[in-house]
Amino acid sequence: MSKYNQVIYANINESNSWTLDEYLKQGGYSVWKQILSDQSNKTSEWVIEEVKKSGLRGRGGAGFPTGLKWSFMPKNDDQKYIVCNSDESEPGTCHDRDILKYNPHALVEGMAIAGYAIGATVGYNYVRGEFMLECYPRIDAAVKDAYDAGLLGVNVLDSGIDFDLYNFLGAGAYICGEETGLLESLEGKQGKPRFKPPFPANYGLYGKPTTVNNTQTLATIPKILEKGAKWYADFGTEKSPGTLIFSISGHVNKPGNYELPLGISFEEVIDVAGGILDGKKLKAVIPGGSSTKVLPAEIIQNCTMDYESLQDADSALGTGAMVVISEGTCMVELLKRISRFYYAESCGQCTPCREGTGWLYRILDRITNGQGKESDLALLVDVAGRIEGNTICAFGDASAWPVQSFIKHYHHEFEYMIQNKGKTLAA
Amino acid sequence: MSEVLTTETIKEIDHWLSKFPVGKQRSAIIGSLHAAQHQNHGFLTSELMDAVAAYIDVPKIQVYEVATFYSMFQTKNVGKHEISICTNISCMLRGSDEILSHVEKRLGIDVGESTSDGNIFLKQEEECLAACTGAPMMMVDHVYIENLDIRKVDEILDRLEGKS
Ligand SMILES: Cc1cc2nc3c(=O)[nH]c(=O)nc-3n(C[C@H](O)[C@H](O)[C@H](O)COP(=O)(O)O)c2cc1C
Ligand code: FES
Repeated sequence: MSKYNQVIYANINESNSWTLDEYLKQGGYSVWKQILSDQSNKTSEWVIEEVKKSGLRGRGGAGFPTGLKWSFMPKNDDQKYIVCNSDESEPGTCHDRDILKYNPHALVEGMAIAGYAIGATVGYNYVRGEFMLECYPRIDAAVKDAYDAGLLGVNVLDSGIDFDLYNFLGAGAYICGEETGLLESLEGKQGKPRFKPPFPANYGLYGKPTTVNNTQTLATIPKILEKGAKWYADFGTEKSPGTLIFSISGHVNKPGNYELPLGISFEEVIDVAGGILDGKKLKAVIPGGSSTKVLPAEIIQNCTMDYESLQDADSALGTGAMVVISEGTCMVELLKRISRFYYAESCGQCTPCREGTGWLYRILDRITNGQGKESDLALLVDVAGRIEGNTICAFGDASAWPVQSFIKHYHHEFEYMIQNKGKTLAA
Repeated sequence: MSEVLTTETIKEIDHWLSKFPVGKQRSAIIGSLHAAQHQNHGFLTSELMDAVAAYIDVPKIQVYEVATFYSMFQTKNVGKHEISICTNISCMLRGSDEILSHVEKRLGIDVGESTSDGNIFLKQEEECLAACTGAPMMMVDHVYIENLDIRKVDEILDRLEGKS
C-alpha cells in the first residue's frame, strides 16, 4: 500500500500533536525563527520563489498557484492582510477540520510566513461557525500559545517584524467559503460575493490588499521551506507537484482523510480507503467535492489523481473530496440532493442563480415524485446552461456542473424514472 | 453599560471588538450575536439585537441583516437542545435519510420543528458539516457525533430526554 500522511498530516497521530510543545519537538517554528533572525537572506522574495518552485497550488478548490498569487500583492506601505479560509464547507470535504484539530500550529506558522512574504502584518483565520466547539478552541489555543511564546505580536523575537493573528468564527453559510463572500462576512456583513475585478490583492479586507488562502495551502508552507521546494515537489508529478489530502467518503470500507502524493492512480486511492463497501462494484465518483462533475467508473478508473488527468476527463480535482458511489445508487436522487443544497445556499444576489437553482431543484423533485415530463431533461440542461457563467461568483457554475454531468452520463436513469412515474432504475 | 446583555456577554463582545481595527467594529457583529444567542439559550430577540447594536455602536439594521442571513442564528425560541442531522451527499450515501426519519418518528415532529415541550429542536440542515468521512453524522448542541446508527441515535435522544 502506498505511503500516506507524509507532510501536513505527518504528525497527527502523535499524542497531543496540537500542542506547542509537540509541534516544537517536531521542528515546528524553525522556519519562522530562521526568517526572523536572518531577514537579509530569507527575504520575502526568497519565500515567494521557494513556494513557486514547490509548485504548490491552492487547495481551496481552484488550484491557483500559491507563489504566483502572493506575487500579485502590491509592494506599497498600505496595510495588508493575509486571510485564511477555514470555512471548509464544500460537500464531501473535511480535511481542514483535521488540520485545525491536530496540527493547528502548522497553520499559525504558515500564516505568519505568508504574512511576511506578502508584507501583511495582520492575519485573520475565518473558521466556519459549526466548528465552534470542536476545532475553534484548538486553533484559538494554538494562537494564544504562540503569542505567549513570543512567536506572534509586535516586534516578534526582536526582529522588527510585527505579525498579529486573530481567529474569526462564522455562523453558517456555504457561500462564505467563496473568498470575497468570506471577506464581506469578516467585515460583519452578509456573505455576498463581490464583483471581480478588483481582486482581493488590490481591494480586499476593508478595501486593503489581501491574500486569501485555504487552510491546507497555508499549513503546507512551513514544511516546504523547512525541507526544500524540491523535497515537496518530488512527491507528486511535474504538473501536480506535492501531496494532497483526499477526503474519501461514501461507499468505501475505510472512509477517511488521507494525504497522498498527487498523480497516484485511482486504484491505489481506493485501495488505501479499504476498497468499495460490501464488495460491491464501483458505479461513479464525484472526484473533488459536490461542485465537480461526476465521473462514471469506466472513466475514473483510468485516471490518475491530479489536476491534469481529471481535467482531461472533463472534471476537476477540486478540493480532493472523493465521494465514492457504488452500484445500486440512484443517480437521480443523488443529483436532487445536490441541487437542493445549491438552492438552499444560493445567496440570492444574482438572478440566474437565485431563480435557476430553484428551478433545478423543483424539476428534479417532480421527476422523483413521478411527475416528470419528457421535456424535463432538456429543461434541466437549459436552465443549468443559463446559470453557468452568468453569475458574480463560481457558485453558479458549481450548481450547474453536477446537473450537466449527471444527465450526460446517466441520461437513461433520468429517462427511465420519467417514463416510469418515479421508479428508479438503480435498485 | 447595557441592561440587556450580561457581564459575561459584554466580556465576550469586548473580546471580539479587540480583534478589529478602530472603526471596524461592524466585524464584531457575528461574534457578538453568538454571545448574545448563547446568553439567551439559543435564540435572539429584537431586544438582544438592539442591545448588541447599541453596545458596539452600529445601526440596528446591520445587526438584523446578519442575524437573518446566517443559518446558525435563530430569531425565535426553537428549543433547549438543537440537533442537526447532515443529509448532504456523503451522509446520504451512508444512510442519513433513515437516521433522520427515525428521529422524526421518535420525536413526533418533522425536520425544522421543535418538540412540544420545547426540549428538542430538529434543525433543517442544508449544509455538509465537514465530517463526511464519519458519515452519517449529526451535531447535537454543536458537538459532532459521527458514525451514527439507530442505536447510537437512540442513546443520544434518551440522554437529551433525561431518560439515562
Ligand atoms: C461557492 C464557493 C465555495 C467555496 N468554499 C471554499 C471553502 O470552503 N474553503 C476554501 O478554502 N475555499 C473555498 N472556495 C474557494 C475560495 O474562493 C478561494 O479560491 C480559496 O480560498 C483560495 O485559496 P487557495 O488559493 O489557497 O486555494 C469556494 C469557492 C466558491 C465559489
Ligand atoms: S456530507 Fe455529511 S458531513 Fe459532509
